[in-house]
Amino acid sequence: MALFDAFTAIVRRDLVLALRRRSECANPVLFFILVITLFPLGIGAQPKLLQAIAPGIIWVSALLATMLSLDSLFRSDFDDGSLEQILLSPYPTSILVLGKITAHWLTTGLPLLIVAPLLAVFLGLPNQSLSILLLTLALGTPILSLIGAVGVALTVGLRRGGMILSLLVLPLYVPVLIFASNAVEMAGSGLPVAAQINILVSMLLMALVLAPWPTAAALKMSINS
Amino acid sequence: MHPKSCHKLEGQNLSCTRDDRELFAGLGFAVHPGQVLLLEGNNGSGKTSLLRIICGFREPDTGTVSWGEEAIPHYQYYSDMAYVGHLDGIKKELTVLENLKLSQALSQSGRLTIQQALDKVRLSGYEDTLIQALSAGQKRRLSLARLLITHNVLWILDEPFTSLDKQGITLMESLMAEHCANGGMIVMTSHHDIDLNGVDVQRIRLS
Repeated sequence: MALFDAFTAIVRRDLVLALRRRSECANPVLFFILVITLFPLGIGAQPKLLQAIAPGIIWVSALLATMLSLDSLFRSDFDDGSLEQILLSPYPTSILVLGKITAHWLTTGLPLLIVAPLLAVFLGLPNQSLSILLLTLALGTPILSLIGAVGVALTVGLRRGGMILSLLVLPLYVPVLIFASNAVEMAGSGLPVAAQINILVSMLLMALVLAPWPTAAALKMSINS
Repeated sequence: MHPKSCHKLEGQNLSCTRDDRELFAGLGFAVHPGQVLLLEGNNGSGKTSLLRIICGFREPDTGTVSWGEEAIPHYQYYSDMAYVGHLDGIKKELTVLENLKLSQALSQSGRLTIQQALDKVRLSGYEDTLIQALSAGQKRRLSLARLLITHNVLWILDEPFTSLDKQGITLMESLMAEHCANGGMIVMTSHHDIDLNGVDVQRIRLS
């Protein structure tokens, strides 16, 4: 199907670009690792305290790492005119934008997911909550990419949109942070976490359906200025 | 050659104001198959703004642009048009081939294959070269190759001759004449005098 081909072409292009800009692309995951390794050093020899705040640390770092990578989502396409060409495609912009968001998650969200188990052990997170941590990251980081895309699309036309971007996007990230870190914490104490997971799943589905349209509309507005 | 060349591009009563300055008002035009619409005017006279309105990037303050009796933007319009603007719209970290393949995936295939188009714009042999290694004129020729490999009836060109050498300009003119002979249409701005023998060129002077 032609629309699916266009979608995969966008995903493939962005993955190739990420591969050729390796250093830029490794930034979020390096940031994630650095912040998490600094916490034990700052807190000192208090393994109990560290274990208690581990879910929060991991999730806050994941959230900030994603924020850090957001600006690159549409910046280079906006600067070199590729965005104009994407908007002029006969295919629905929202689907093409979803392709870009998918590639963004594959290059920033997925690496976090891969290094998270190691860092969880480092912080002394109980074993029984490790699988829940991975599950919340798998569900939560795509939500961060999707919501973030709307914010970036709105601010990509501004010269210094960084501050506005965080103000726009952070409040929308808070529910994900609350439910995800709460689920990991509860799992650590052996309590059921089905409710939090269900909420995260529903947020992901909603973001998947609702985020691409405003992103496409916001890009059209940004290109206009 | 072109399956839907019966369409025409029409602008009615267009006006555009930027920063409280009226660029143009009550502007109308109609472009039929085989015709070229050349926008002339000094810097800042609104040529690019008009082109961006015709692309659907910008909404006119009054008036409509229509394609095939229907006001843009609509699906048929975007599958029939192609735009080459100030920005090349090519990724400098990708190779020539990768860039063209992406353009093809985002649109429908046109009458030439990638290889034929590269031969035409004299870029064959550069398939696997990264764009950052190309000169400005070569990049421009690459973005013109994009016009040849995708399906389109209407070309919208903003200063297509920028950074092209004499040979490149002659090449571009012959491609444009060929496009019009096949029933295509072109809306363009240019500071150069264009020499398209036998093609019906309409001029709009913006001031």
